[in-house]
Amino acid sequence: MPYGPIPILKLGSTLLATIQIELHDTVVDSFQNDVLEEIERTGSNGLIIDISALETVDSYVARMLANTGKMAKLMGAETVIVGMRPAVAATLVRMGYFMEGISTALSLEEGLELHARRSKMPDGMVDS
Amino acid sequence: MKVTSSSGMYQTERERWEIRIDKEADIVAVRQRVRDIAKEHRFDQFAVAALTTAASELSRNVWVHAQKGVALISVLRNGHKIGVELEFVDHGPGIVDLNRALAGGFSTSHSLGLGLSGTKRLVDEFNIDTGPGRGTKIVIRKWKKEF
Repeated sequence: MPYGPIPILKLGSTLLATIQIELHDTVVDSFQNDVLEEIERTGSNGLIIDISALETVDSYVARMLANTGKMAKLMGAETVIVGMRPAVAATLVRMGYFMEGISTALSLEEGLELHARRSKMPDGMVDS
Repeated sequence: MKVTSSSGMYQTERERWEIRIDKEADIVAVRQRVRDIAKEHRFDQFAVAALTTAASELSRNVWVHAQKGVALISVLRNGHKIGVELEFVDHGPGIVDLNRALAGGFSTSHSLGLGLSGTKRLVDEFNIDTGPGRGTKIVIRKWKKEF
Protein backbone atom coordinates (compact mmCIF):
# COMPACT_ATOMS: atom_id res chain seq x y z
CA MET A 1 0.00 0.00 0.00
CA PRO A 2 1.50 3.36 -0.92
CA TYR A 3 2.09 5.98 1.78
CA GLY A 4 2.41 9.48 0.46
CA PRO A 5 4.83 10.04 -2.35
CA ILE A 6 7.29 7.37 -1.15
CA PRO A 7 5.81 3.86 -1.20
CA ILE A 8 6.54 1.64 1.80
CA LEU A 9 6.02 -2.07 1.18
CA LYS A 10 6.07 -5.02 3.56
CA LEU A 11 8.22 -8.01 2.59
CA GLY A 12 7.89 -10.63 5.32
CA SER A 13 9.22 -9.06 8.49
CA THR A 14 10.99 -6.29 6.56
CA LEU A 15 9.72 -2.97 5.30
CA LEU A 16 11.00 -1.73 1.98
CA ALA A 17 10.93 1.96 1.10
CA THR A 18 12.08 2.90 -2.37
CA ILE A 19 12.79 6.56 -2.96
CA GLN A 20 12.15 7.20 -6.62
CA ILE A 21 11.41 10.89 -6.70
CA GLU A 22 13.35 14.11 -6.40
CA LEU A 23 13.12 14.84 -2.68
CA HIS A 24 11.50 17.99 -1.38
CA ASP A 25 12.24 18.77 2.26
CA THR A 26 8.58 18.34 3.19
CA VAL A 27 8.51 14.89 1.58
CA VAL A 28 11.64 13.99 3.53
CA ASP A 29 10.00 15.01 6.81
CA SER A 30 6.76 13.13 6.20
CA PHE A 31 8.64 10.05 4.98
CA GLN A 32 10.42 9.78 8.32
CA ASN A 33 7.13 9.83 10.22
CA ASP A 34 5.40 7.46 7.78
CA VAL A 35 8.12 4.87 7.97
CA LEU A 36 8.18 4.87 11.80
CA GLU A 37 4.40 4.50 11.93
CA GLU A 38 4.59 1.63 9.50
CA ILE A 39 7.20 -0.15 11.63
CA GLU A 40 4.82 0.04 14.57
CA ARG A 41 1.74 -0.93 12.56
CA THR A 42 3.33 -3.94 10.87
CA GLY A 43 5.66 -5.01 13.67
CA SER A 44 8.56 -5.18 11.22
CA ASN A 45 12.03 -5.69 12.65
CA GLY A 46 13.86 -4.61 9.52
CA LEU A 47 13.81 -1.56 7.28
CA ILE A 48 15.44 -1.27 3.88
CA ILE A 49 15.66 2.13 2.25
CA ASP A 50 16.51 1.90 -1.43
CA ILE A 51 18.17 5.10 -2.63
CA SER A 52 19.48 3.76 -5.95
CA ALA A 53 17.38 6.28 -7.86
CA LEU A 54 18.78 9.25 -5.94
CA GLU A 55 21.37 11.24 -7.88
CA THR A 56 21.76 13.80 -5.10
CA VAL A 57 21.88 13.29 -1.35
CA ASP A 58 22.56 16.56 0.40
CA SER A 59 23.25 17.05 4.10
CA TYR A 60 19.55 17.43 4.87
CA VAL A 61 18.59 14.13 3.25
CA ALA A 62 21.68 12.38 4.66
CA ARG A 63 20.77 13.48 8.16
CA MET A 64 17.17 12.37 7.66
CA LEU A 65 18.30 8.92 6.51
CA ALA A 66 20.72 8.54 9.42
CA ASN A 67 18.16 9.78 11.95
CA THR A 68 15.45 7.52 10.56
CA GLY A 69 17.81 4.60 11.09
CA LYS A 70 18.47 5.67 14.67
CA MET A 71 14.76 6.12 15.40
CA ALA A 72 13.92 2.73 13.88
CA LYS A 73 16.69 1.20 15.98
CA LEU A 74 15.17 2.65 19.15
CA MET A 75 11.91 0.98 18.17
CA GLY A 76 13.70 -2.32 17.59
CA ALA A 77 14.08 -2.37 13.82
CA GLU A 78 17.40 -2.51 11.96
CA THR A 79 17.87 -0.26 8.95
CA VAL A 80 19.93 -0.95 5.85
CA ILE A 81 20.37 1.69 3.18
CA VAL A 82 20.87 0.08 -0.20
CA GLY A 83 21.99 1.14 -3.66
CA MET A 84 23.89 4.33 -2.89
CA ARG A 85 25.41 5.58 -6.12
CA PRO A 86 29.20 6.04 -6.34
CA ALA A 87 28.93 9.79 -6.85
CA VAL A 88 26.61 10.11 -3.86
CA ALA A 89 29.02 8.20 -1.62
CA ALA A 90 31.96 10.29 -2.84
CA THR A 91 30.09 13.55 -2.32
CA LEU A 92 28.98 12.71 1.22
CA VAL A 93 32.47 11.72 2.33
CA ARG A 94 34.03 14.79 0.68
CA MET A 95 31.58 16.93 2.63
CA GLY A 96 32.68 15.23 5.82
CA TYR A 97 29.62 13.10 6.36
CA PHE A 98 30.24 9.41 6.89
CA MET A 99 26.77 8.09 7.81
CA GLU A 100 28.26 6.52 10.92
CA GLY A 101 26.23 3.80 12.57
CA ILE A 102 24.18 3.14 9.44
CA SER A 103 24.34 -0.22 7.68
CA THR A 104 24.58 -0.13 3.92
CA ALA A 105 24.47 -2.74 1.18
CA LEU A 106 25.23 -2.62 -2.52
CA SER A 107 21.82 -3.77 -3.66
CA LEU A 108 18.33 -4.59 -2.49
CA GLU A 109 19.17 -8.29 -2.72
CA GLU A 110 22.20 -7.89 -0.47
CA GLY A 111 20.19 -5.77 1.95
CA LEU A 112 17.59 -8.52 2.26
CA GLU A 113 20.32 -11.12 2.83
CA LEU A 114 21.83 -8.95 5.55
CA HIS A 115 18.46 -8.76 7.32
CA ALA A 116 17.94 -12.49 6.97
CA ARG A 117 21.36 -13.25 8.48
CA ARG A 118 20.76 -10.84 11.35
CA SER A 119 17.37 -12.22 12.28
CA LYS A 120 18.91 -15.73 12.53
CA MET A 121 21.69 -14.56 14.84
CA PRO A 122 21.34 -14.74 18.60
CA ASP A 123 21.21 -11.44 20.47
CA GLY A 124 24.50 -9.64 20.88
CA MET A 125 26.25 -11.46 18.09
CA VAL A 126 28.15 -9.15 15.82
CA ASP A 127 27.73 -9.43 12.09
CA SER A 128 31.01 -10.44 10.50
CA MET B 1 26.07 37.89 -27.63
CA LYS B 2 29.32 37.45 -25.78
CA VAL B 3 30.31 39.43 -22.74
CA THR B 4 34.05 39.41 -22.13
CA SER B 5 35.15 40.07 -18.59
CA SER B 6 38.54 41.38 -17.46
CA SER B 7 39.65 37.87 -16.57
CA GLY B 8 39.18 36.83 -20.18
CA MET B 9 36.21 34.65 -19.44
CA TYR B 10 33.05 35.10 -21.38
CA GLN B 11 29.51 33.95 -21.16
CA THR B 12 26.86 33.90 -23.78
CA GLU B 13 23.47 35.22 -22.79
CA ARG B 14 21.99 31.79 -23.30
CA GLU B 15 24.35 30.38 -20.71
CA ARG B 16 23.12 32.29 -17.71
CA TRP B 17 20.04 31.40 -15.72
CA GLU B 18 18.35 33.12 -12.84
CA ILE B 19 16.08 31.31 -10.42
CA ARG B 20 14.28 33.13 -7.65
CA ILE B 21 14.22 31.38 -4.31
CA ASP B 22 11.18 32.18 -2.20
CA LYS B 23 9.68 28.79 -1.38
CA GLU B 24 10.91 25.39 -0.34
CA ALA B 25 10.25 23.88 -3.78
CA ASP B 26 12.76 26.31 -5.31
CA ILE B 27 15.57 24.32 -3.69
CA VAL B 28 14.58 21.42 -5.93
CA ALA B 29 14.22 23.73 -8.93
CA VAL B 30 17.78 25.06 -8.53
CA ARG B 31 19.15 21.57 -7.93
CA GLN B 32 17.48 20.18 -11.06
CA ARG B 33 18.59 23.06 -13.27
CA VAL B 34 22.19 22.75 -12.10
CA ARG B 35 22.12 19.00 -12.67
CA ASP B 36 20.76 19.44 -16.20
CA ILE B 37 23.38 22.06 -17.07
CA ALA B 38 26.28 20.03 -15.68
CA LYS B 39 25.12 16.92 -17.55
CA GLU B 40 24.56 18.85 -20.73
CA HIS B 41 28.18 20.03 -20.57
CA ARG B 42 29.35 16.50 -19.92
CA PHE B 43 30.73 16.88 -16.44
CA ASP B 44 31.48 13.42 -14.99
CA GLN B 45 29.00 11.91 -12.53
CA PHE B 46 31.12 12.90 -9.51
CA ALA B 47 31.27 16.53 -10.59
CA VAL B 48 27.54 16.54 -11.39
CA ALA B 49 26.77 15.22 -7.91
CA ALA B 50 29.16 17.71 -6.29
CA LEU B 51 27.66 20.69 -8.13
CA THR B 52 24.09 19.54 -7.56
CA THR B 53 24.69 18.94 -3.87
CA ALA B 54 26.41 22.32 -3.48
CA ALA B 55 23.44 23.96 -5.21
CA SER B 56 21.08 22.20 -2.83
CA GLU B 57 23.00 23.23 0.29
CA LEU B 58 23.33 26.86 -0.72
CA SER B 59 19.78 27.32 -1.96
CA ARG B 60 18.52 25.77 1.27
CA ASN B 61 20.65 28.27 3.21
CA VAL B 62 18.92 31.09 1.34
CA TRP B 63 15.47 29.66 2.01
CA VAL B 64 16.05 28.81 5.68
CA HIS B 65 17.96 31.93 6.72
CA ALA B 66 16.64 34.67 4.41
CA GLN B 67 13.34 33.22 3.06
CA LYS B 68 14.08 34.80 -0.31
CA GLY B 69 16.97 35.39 -2.63
CA VAL B 70 18.21 34.50 -6.05
CA ALA B 71 20.37 31.82 -7.63
CA LEU B 72 22.38 32.70 -10.73
CA ILE B 73 23.81 29.83 -12.73
CA SER B 74 26.43 30.50 -15.39
CA VAL B 75 28.48 28.40 -17.74
CA LEU B 76 32.06 29.72 -17.84
CA ARG B 77 34.56 29.29 -20.63
CA ASN B 78 38.21 30.10 -20.25
CA GLY B 79 40.22 28.86 -23.20
CA HIS B 80 39.48 25.15 -23.37
CA LYS B 81 38.19 25.05 -19.82
CA ILE B 82 34.52 24.82 -19.06
CA GLY B 83 33.15 25.61 -15.64
CA VAL B 84 29.88 26.18 -13.86
CA GLU B 85 29.47 29.15 -11.57
CA LEU B 86 26.70 29.38 -9.01
CA GLU B 87 25.94 32.63 -7.27
CA PHE B 88 23.48 32.91 -4.37
CA VAL B 89 22.42 36.31 -3.16
CA ASP B 90 20.07 37.13 -0.31
CA HIS B 91 19.31 40.13 1.87
CA GLY B 92 18.74 38.12 5.01
CA PRO B 93 20.42 38.55 8.38
CA GLY B 94 23.89 37.60 7.13
CA ILE B 95 26.32 35.35 8.95
CA VAL B 96 27.60 36.73 12.25
CA ASP B 97 30.43 34.31 12.90
CA LEU B 98 31.71 33.36 9.46
CA ASN B 99 34.82 31.52 10.68
CA ARG B 100 32.69 29.30 12.83
CA ALA B 101 30.22 28.66 9.99
CA LEU B 102 33.04 27.73 7.64
CA ALA B 103 34.72 25.48 10.18
CA GLY B 104 31.64 23.25 10.08
CA GLY B 105 30.28 21.00 12.75
CA PHE B 106 27.81 23.56 13.94
CA SER B 107 24.42 24.44 12.63
CA THR B 108 22.13 27.31 13.44
CA SER B 109 19.17 25.49 12.00
CA HIS B 110 17.77 22.72 9.94
CA SER B 111 20.79 20.92 8.55
CA LEU B 112 23.96 19.11 9.48
CA GLY B 113 26.21 22.00 10.19
CA LEU B 114 28.11 20.89 7.12
CA GLY B 115 26.33 23.19 4.70
CA LEU B 116 29.04 25.78 4.14
CA SER B 117 32.14 23.82 5.11
CA GLY B 118 30.96 20.77 3.18
CA THR B 119 30.04 22.80 0.13
CA LYS B 120 33.47 24.41 0.11
CA ARG B 121 35.09 21.00 -0.16
CA LEU B 122 32.96 20.08 -3.17
CA VAL B 123 34.01 22.93 -5.44
CA ASP B 124 37.19 24.50 -6.86
CA GLU B 125 36.48 28.09 -5.90
CA PHE B 126 34.41 29.45 -3.04
CA ASN B 127 33.84 33.10 -2.23
CA ILE B 128 31.57 34.52 0.42
CA ASP B 129 30.64 38.07 1.26
CA THR B 130 28.49 38.45 4.34
CA GLY B 131 28.15 40.20 7.65
CA PRO B 132 25.51 40.92 10.25
CA GLY B 133 22.61 42.76 8.61
CA ARG B 134 24.30 42.77 5.19
CA GLY B 135 22.83 39.66 3.65
CA THR B 136 24.95 36.99 2.06
CA LYS B 137 26.49 36.51 -1.36
CA ILE B 138 28.21 33.25 -2.15
CA VAL B 139 29.90 32.43 -5.45
CA ILE B 140 31.23 28.97 -6.20
CA ARG B 141 32.87 27.55 -9.28
CA LYS B 142 33.67 24.09 -10.44
CA TRP B 143 35.75 23.38 -13.52
CA LYS B 144 35.37 20.35 -15.69
CA LYS B 145 38.31 17.99 -15.48
CA GLU B 146 39.95 17.22 -18.82
CA PHE B 147 41.53 13.81 -19.09
